[in-house]
Amino acid sequence: MRWRRVKAIVVKESLQIVRDPRSLMIALLIPVLQMFLLGYGISLDVKQIPLCTYDREDSQTSQDLLRQFSASRYFSLQVQATSYADVARSLDHGRCSVAIIIPSGFSKSMADTGQGVVQALLDATDTNTASLAAGYATAVVTSYSAQVQLESIQRRGGSVPTLTPVEVRARVWFNEDLVSRNFIIPGVVALVMAIVGAQLSSLTIAREWERGTMELLVSTPIEPMELMLGKLLPYFFIGMIDACICLALAVFWFEVPFRGTLSALFFTTGLFLTVVLCIGYYVSVSIRSQVGASQVALLLTMLPTTLLSGFTFPIDQMPAAVQAVTYIVSGRYYVTILKALFLKGAPWGELLLPILCLALYAAVMVLLAARAFRKTLD
Amino acid sequence: MAGGTPAQIVVEDLVKRFGTFTAVDGVSFEVARGEVMGFIGPNGAGKSTLIRILCGLLRPSAGRALVAGIDVAQDPEGVRRRIGYMSQKFSLYNDMSVIENLQFFGGIYGVPRADIAARLRFAVDMAGLVGREDALVATLAGGWKQRLALGAAILHRPAILFLDEPTSGVDPSSRRRFWELIHTLAQDGVSVLVSTHYMDEAEYCQRVALINRGRLIALGTPLELKQRALGGELGTAPGQRQLPSLEDSFVQLVSASPARAGVAA
Repeated sequence: MRWRRVKAIVVKESLQIVRDPRSLMIALLIPVLQMFLLGYGISLDVKQIPLCTYDREDSQTSQDLLRQFSASRYFSLQVQATSYADVARSLDHGRCSVAIIIPSGFSKSMADTGQGVVQALLDATDTNTASLAAGYATAVVTSYSAQVQLESIQRRGGSVPTLTPVEVRARVWFNEDLVSRNFIIPGVVALVMAIVGAQLSSLTIAREWERGTMELLVSTPIEPMELMLGKLLPYFFIGMIDACICLALAVFWFEVPFRGTLSALFFTTGLFLTVVLCIGYYVSVSIRSQVGASQVALLLTMLPTTLLSGFTFPIDQMPAAVQAVTYIVSGRYYVTILKALFLKGAPWGELLLPILCLALYAAVMVLLAARAFRKTLD
Repeated sequence: MAGGTPAQIVVEDLVKRFGTFTAVDGVSFEVARGEVMGFIGPNGAGKSTLIRILCGLLRPSAGRALVAGIDVAQDPEGVRRRIGYMSQKFSLYNDMSVIENLQFFGGIYGVPRADIAARLRFAVDMAGLVGREDALVATLAGGWKQRLALGAAILHRPAILFLDEPTSGVDPSSRRRFWELIHTLAQDGVSVLVSTHYMDEAEYCQRVALINRGRLIALGTPLELKQRALGGELGTAPGQRQLPSLEDSFVQLVSASPARAGVAA
């Protein structure tokens, strides 16, 4: 390999990038746009669930209980129904996804037997939200029950066993505020890098075929590895700028805590960028049209990174066969590393396995991409 | 053929098939050092395919081709280091300047650093682009583009030059100037193999190969070809002494060549 030839390609490619400021702007603006779109668009938090109440009793006790619901940040009272038909209508129309109904005789039952029953109706078209809502509703009622129990014991003047025999005291680690954004944004960074990286390189070879400049280039003594290095180095530089933009947005705009080491962050980002650039290059070599290559590159990077990297859907919840497939998705390793770096502040040593996997992946892709290019018109 | 000097290009029974289509069909010829050899034939005759094989861009299906003594099928890289090539379609970078294009190819061909400045100056000079080194190639007219492409192809002083229809779409005076450059190069010992469909340009070649439907149907100096065409007619019309034009000779020789089985007339 001759560095002189690599350098000639680097200079040429850089000149062409600079001479095409529109594409350069797109390469630098698209990541910002995607970060905002995906960063705000994807949220797994369930907050402010629209609530419908139907108080068939309208007593002091029932009002007390319902006040607990409207005071909770998980629910927002939308409809105060006056009949079952009202309740059904507001659920049908989607104005509410949860309805709490307090039967008549609720306070009497409470006073007589110390037990009361309330009904919750849930719109389960979105099962995830529904089961979370059911959980929150139960929690509200449970805390209300405890309060009632305590008061009744105190009223009887008994000794007050304020502690329940067994209690779970949960302390949340890594994402203390339980903000799903903290868990989503590192994945969004990986997704944006995958899309942008492959897009950047998917055009380079196809463009030369389309413009007819490739025929002359293959008649020269350039070696496939030299061509690939020369072509990808300028895009690696642009890709790293994009990475800095994305990571800065994650930390300073979305305020995701970053607890890891910067060196590990940049090293692994470089590895991942290498992988996706090589995927784009491979596609560009195989499909000699710019439009076709950019479409295929998008498909090959965006879909697996979205679905199989563990970015939105936890890998250990997937069927075994699908889990096996995730091992060939480079995004899997990068997302794992990013989440560990951002939220856990994992040191180098703990990340050794995913970093090794990613490095191996990058090495294989570099070789595959370089070998894909054949210096022939056949 | 120039006597004594070893042939720079040796082609023996070369065949190139694309699926069932035979683009080059058993072609044999030799080109000597410093010789200008022309390929003449209609579009689709197989001229470009033949040149691409000799540049190592296409693999021959059968037969043998030696360029600068190197087998193109065995060591295409070795061939590429010793040749210059101008493809039919203009293939320098339009969004780069004259000097940037030349520097790029100088780097790719590995022109020694000590020589690069002189070689660039020579190429700019030859293309007649002195003072326009920083102009974007896209802004150049056809004749300048072609001469610049030739300049880029000879930066590394190749022993053999392949030019595939270099003058198509170029005005007559530029074409003339281009041919003068080719002869200057040949006098320095460069072997030039050039394809064209302008009959008048064949007169500039030392020898001409007539190619039709992938076959070499006649090979000789322009004068020999004319005489051979005339010879065919002499049998029936003695007394006609004036030599036909090369174009008429070509038509005559094509119609006289035996039709190949399996090819629709």
